[in-house]
Amino acid sequence: MDNSILKIENITMQFGGVTAIKDLSFEVQKGQIYGLIGPNGAGKTTIFNIITGNLTPTNGFVIFENENITSTKPNRVVYKGIARTFQNIRLFKSMTVLENILIGFDAQANYSYFEAILRLPRFFKKEKEIRQKAYELMKIFGIEEFADTNATALSYGNQRKVEIARALATNPKLLLLDEPAAGMNPNETAELSDIIHKIKKDFDLTILLIEHDMKFVNAMCNQLTVLDYGAKIFEGKPADAIVDQKVISAYLGDFSHA
Amino acid sequence: MNIDIFLQQLVNGASLGSMYALIAIGYTMVYGVLRLINFAHGDIMMVGAFLTFFATSAGMPFEVAVLIGIVGSAIIGILTDKIAYKPLREAPKISLLITAIGISFFLENLFTVLFGSTPKAFKAPEYLTKIFHLGNIYLPISVIIIPIVTLLILAIVLWILYRTKYGMAIRALAFDIQTVKLMGIDADKIIMIVFIIGSALAAVGGVFYAVSYPSIDPLMGIIVGLKAFAAAVLGGIGSVGGAVVGGFILGFTEIFVVAMFPELGGYKDAFAFFFLILVLLFKPTGIMGQDLERGRF
Amino acid sequence: MKKIVRNIVLIIATLLFILYAQKNFDSYTLSILNNIAIFAILALSYNLINGVAGQFSLEPNGFVAIGAYFTAILLIPAETKVDMFALVDPAPIILQMKAQFLPAIVIGGIAAALVALLLSFPVFRVRGDYLAIVTLGFGFIIRIFAINNPAYTNGAMGLNDIPSNANFIWIGSIALITFIVMIHIINSKFGRAMKSVRDDEDAATAMGINTFKMKTYAFMTSAFFEGLGGGLLASMLTTITPDQFSFLLTFQLLIIIVLGGLGSMSGALIATILVMGGMEWLRFLDDNIVLFGKDFGAHPGTRMVVFSIILIIMMLFARRGILGDKELFDYFKKKSK
Repeated sequence: MDNSILKIENITMQFGGVTAIKDLSFEVQKGQIYGLIGPNGAGKTTIFNIITGNLTPTNGFVIFENENITSTKPNRVVYKGIARTFQNIRLFKSMTVLENILIGFDAQANYSYFEAILRLPRFFKKEKEIRQKAYELMKIFGIEEFADTNATALSYGNQRKVEIARALATNPKLLLLDEPAAGMNPNETAELSDIIHKIKKDFDLTILLIEHDMKFVNAMCNQLTVLDYGAKIFEGKPADAIVDQKVISAYLGDFSHA
Repeated sequence: MNIDIFLQQLVNGASLGSMYALIAIGYTMVYGVLRLINFAHGDIMMVGAFLTFFATSAGMPFEVAVLIGIVGSAIIGILTDKIAYKPLREAPKISLLITAIGISFFLENLFTVLFGSTPKAFKAPEYLTKIFHLGNIYLPISVIIIPIVTLLILAIVLWILYRTKYGMAIRALAFDIQTVKLMGIDADKIIMIVFIIGSALAAVGGVFYAVSYPSIDPLMGIIVGLKAFAAAVLGGIGSVGGAVVGGFILGFTEIFVVAMFPELGGYKDAFAFFFLILVLLFKPTGIMGQDLERGRF
Repeated sequence: MKKIVRNIVLIIATLLFILYAQKNFDSYTLSILNNIAIFAILALSYNLINGVAGQFSLEPNGFVAIGAYFTAILLIPAETKVDMFALVDPAPIILQMKAQFLPAIVIGGIAAALVALLLSFPVFRVRGDYLAIVTLGFGFIIRIFAINNPAYTNGAMGLNDIPSNANFIWIGSIALITFIVMIHIINSKFGRAMKSVRDDEDAATAMGINTFKMKTYAFMTSAFFEGLGGGLLASMLTTITPDQFSFLLTFQLLIIIVLGGLGSMSGALIATILVMGGMEWLRFLDDNIVLFGKDFGAHPGTRMVVFSIILIIMMLFARRGILGDKELFDYFKKKSK
């Protein structure tokens, strides 16, 4: 039985003269926490951008739940059930934590422009619903006290949580996390690790995660792919990755994080 | 249309196209390095024309006056960047655009206050306004000289862009300002050079305009500027060659369409707008355009 | 609950003020109030596309012109048109166009909104800052069209004898409605989505927002109310010409929304009063300037030089304006926390 939720098939990405991704293939099973690791510039974020539809690959396909979504537009990819966070936290700077998360609930607030302007009953009903859901999400992440605080006023760790909560609000089946532990201290990283496990269970998610921190990757991922200069050099379990020759030389033996 | 009129309009079109091209280059270069539509750029053309006019009225010989116009415009261009744009480099884009509009409006009204809003007659020297004739065609010499000088200037600009260190830096800046800075290049100095070149060219365009339509007024930069920007987009925003191509296409279109369909004369100024819409609908990167957005992710 | 009561009280108070003013104030004061109210409508609409959705546009003068012309043509009786159109005979459809006051201004608004929809396709589907240039050019194009189609617009001579149904009751109420509509939009998922497009368009797309749709909604809504304002203007002035709807109008609105704070509707209201007051007060700059007994003569344009400098200084040092991007009441909310 095919339990795969995401298939990357022979993806090649060329920018002018530069080949950012070379014939990459891997498969993510439903319910996994799958890691995408590699040195800087290996092409990890590029793959995310290809999955989310921000970039169209030169060759190859992105298959999500047996559907070819390679040329699907980014905002439609979200409707299919894929949500993402960004490497350099992109919260909406003028808005509060609650408002940021409500953006994620945009699709679920299905009232029309006129219903909003005329303040018809459905407006109030749907707004109440999504606000309730937003508060539930904030509680899970422990940030409900910041609901009406401007998002940029929060600590880095908390901002990261807001970003994940916002992505979760879109009700995804697959969550792409781009270096979620970047810039965090060990405490925050441990807390993040717990939260990710919890949301995966509670929301029945599959998670695809880009990371540098090998300790974090070890603790989190069932399976991973290692990239170097846009090509796959390893696919398998984290424990095996650490001792693989090619992986070690790609990182120049630098597992100081591990 | 017989051959005489055709040739006459051809030259007219080349002359008008040259002016658009000269101004379009400045727009495209500033957009290339700053991603900013410098609304004040069309007014720099006006400034160049007026400074030249002022210098000739004060008794200076024409050539010196033109030099004053060019240098003065370059200075105003640099000042505009230093005072208004540079402090906002890291600000949201909309702030920069609003400031540019402010500068544009400021220049228009400043020169209205200084020179009055009634159009002034611009006295060009004999050797430019003399009418010569070839067969049945009667043309002022300026109409021939303008395209020739423009192409010469274009050659110089392209030489700067492709054969000098500064030119390379300018082209690199258009792609990725962060990396350029990391390589130790003083981005602000390069940007200043872009403003100097752009403003100087606009001033030359302004002088040409003043010689061809011998009256100048403080609001002359608005429409011409708008059209020049449309020409830059048509040719491919960010590309100097494209700006010239776009400028000439627009110039020829305006002259020939009105020559062939005089009833459309009142709509002459609208052609640029339609080109703009067509480009945005069908080929946003323009005729020779590069996709400047590629490095965004 | 408290908020709803407060809002209803404010609305009723405003309506009562409008009625009282119309009955009791002299015509000079009423004309000032009418001008302020129309500018308020325009500023509030302009604030939606520029301030809330963050898309820099220079559209108002164009859409105001569209609304003004449609409304004028609908309101002027056919016999008057036949006499008025001096250059050529009016086109048959122009003679047929007829409507009551409210439908006439609403049609003006709808016409503007439809044009905005048309412009949305070339501009918003493309990345880049072309909206400003396209709308700037659009303002000029409207003028060119008006001048070159005398059978429809009476060309450069414009239209006069427009029935003056627009009194402060109409204008004031519509200003109030505009304000309420804008607040309703902002405090809904559409306002949030527009702001998200403003703050970070790529992140908004990544969260499923259809950014093209949001920009288009904002643009069309702004256009509608600007067209409405144009219709009211036509009826108030009873005379319109193509030269009236110049870039100066857009520039004044730009100063207003920047001063009030881009994105703040209550800020735009406050700034409308301040800027219009300031424009009047500084009118003396365009007359003879006498300093220390020396007559420097009259230099028209000085007033706008001062205003452009004010705008530039605001952008450099006080970019967030008076209220930033929040509403007046948001500042009082903090105290109760």
